[in-house]
Amino acid sequence: MIPTDAKRPLQLNDQGQLRHFLSLDGLPRSLLTEILDTADSFLEVGARAVKKVPLLRGKTVCNVFFENSTRTRTTFELAAQRLSADVITLNVSTSSTSKGETLFDTLRNLEAMAADMFVVRHADSGAAHYIAEHVSPDVAVINGGDGRHAHPTQGMLDMLTIRRHKGGFENLSVAIVGDILHSRVARSNMIALKTLGCPDIRVIGPKTLLPVGVEQYGVKVYTDLTEGLKDVDVVIMLRLQRERMQGGLLPSEGEFYRLFGLTTQRLALARPDAIVMHPGPINRGVEIESAVADGAQSVILNQVTYGIAVRMAVLSMAMSGQAAQRQIEQENVQ
Amino acid sequence: MTLPNPADLIRQMALDLRARLQARGIEAPRFIGIRTGGVWVTQALLEELGITTAFGTLDVSFYRDDFSQNGLHPQVRPSDLPFEIEGQHLVLVDDVLMSGRTIRAALNELFDYGRPASVTLVSLVDLNAAELPIRPDIAGVTLSLSPNERVKLIGPSPLSLEQQVVEPASSLQESPR
Repeated sequence: MIPTDAKRPLQLNDQGQLRHFLSLDGLPRSLLTEILDTADSFLEVGARAVKKVPLLRGKTVCNVFFENSTRTRTTFELAAQRLSADVITLNVSTSSTSKGETLFDTLRNLEAMAADMFVVRHADSGAAHYIAEHVSPDVAVINGGDGRHAHPTQGMLDMLTIRRHKGGFENLSVAIVGDILHSRVARSNMIALKTLGCPDIRVIGPKTLLPVGVEQYGVKVYTDLTEGLKDVDVVIMLRLQRERMQGGLLPSEGEFYRLFGLTTQRLALARPDAIVMHPGPINRGVEIESAVADGAQSVILNQVTYGIAVRMAVLSMAMSGQAAQRQIEQENVQ
Repeated sequence: MTLPNPADLIRQMALDLRARLQARGIEAPRFIGIRTGGVWVTQALLEELGITTAFGTLDVSFYRDDFSQNGLHPQVRPSDLPFEIEGQHLVLVDDVLMSGRTIRAALNELFDYGRPASVTLVSLVDLNAAELPIRPDIAGVTLSLSPNERVKLIGPSPLSLEQQVVEPASSLQESPR
């Protein structure tokens, strides 16, 4: 089953500004564009000698990671630090929960430390929503990836990558390749591309790794890589999620690479100026050939740089939306 | 109140600025306009001075002191300084100087790029609100307005000044429901 976002308004304040960032589902194009524009400005900050602005000075950002991550965690840390916030990171998977503390109690304790914002990663779909519903109302919650559901900052950094390298979305063909079934990145990307007006979104993978009803995202489904890659402008490769792979969905990694690995020959089917993206960490020789990952068309490392700028944009916009909401509520009281 | 024509003010400002820079022995200063109105004034001023070198633009949204109250400006754009700041003589240009808070933010941002040798502050209009100890070195005109009046620069071409009346900020406290 594909999770939906019945509680979508949760992430917007009364003026339609971001106050949490949980999912891209239901967010208007104008808001996604505002995130990309703001991220562009933060990208300039990242190129300076002093890569820091005082926007979130005195605020505390708490990264709560119930699931392991290196890239997402460190780029969120860097983003918060470059906004001058104080940052703490908790790897909850290795701390209190193993001593029997519930999610709810862990959060109450973090709130007592006067955190202004939680960045949450969790193996269960819907965890970020649950937390946003239960934290005190002036704390912003950012989803750093929840189960198979959503990874909205990855989705937006992918959109920033595409916009910076391709100029826009209006005339693009974008292919998302690999383990769509287990991929929250794929889900966030499909929604973002649709919202931003990309006319040709393709998902390519073996039948066993395509979610039932994936067509409802407005995408074309291919089970043959050579057919699906034809004339695309952007190839987004997904990691084969070995840790999520149980119950014989694939004969073997070798078989997967033979049919769905992105090799130099296969990339030649795409447009000559096509870019290759991957959320990382890459499995060389499993979903992507080293020559492609390190090749001229690869923008995989640019994605990491853009990720910091996107996270700075989302952190500051959510903090801003929370402040605006407090103002609205105070005025209503008066 | 009739507001002066910016073009006339800028002509005089160019003369005043040239005299000031000469008196201080500053040659080839770098010009920086604060987005958006300050950029327009910079363009007009450089034209008047006959200077064609590239100037910088500064967006101070990330450095404002009212983020907690007003949040992030929705149309923030990248700052663009096409030269080194370190050791340079700078001319910082804004359209309307009121509280001085924008200039405070701009100076903070500039110092994140380097340590300038000097900063000369130029403003088309000085409203003399003096919330902070920041005064322009060169001003086109100094106006005294009542607390609910504002002046806005309309541009980019032609430039004109427009008087605006704003709701007093404390109106909510003054008229309880």
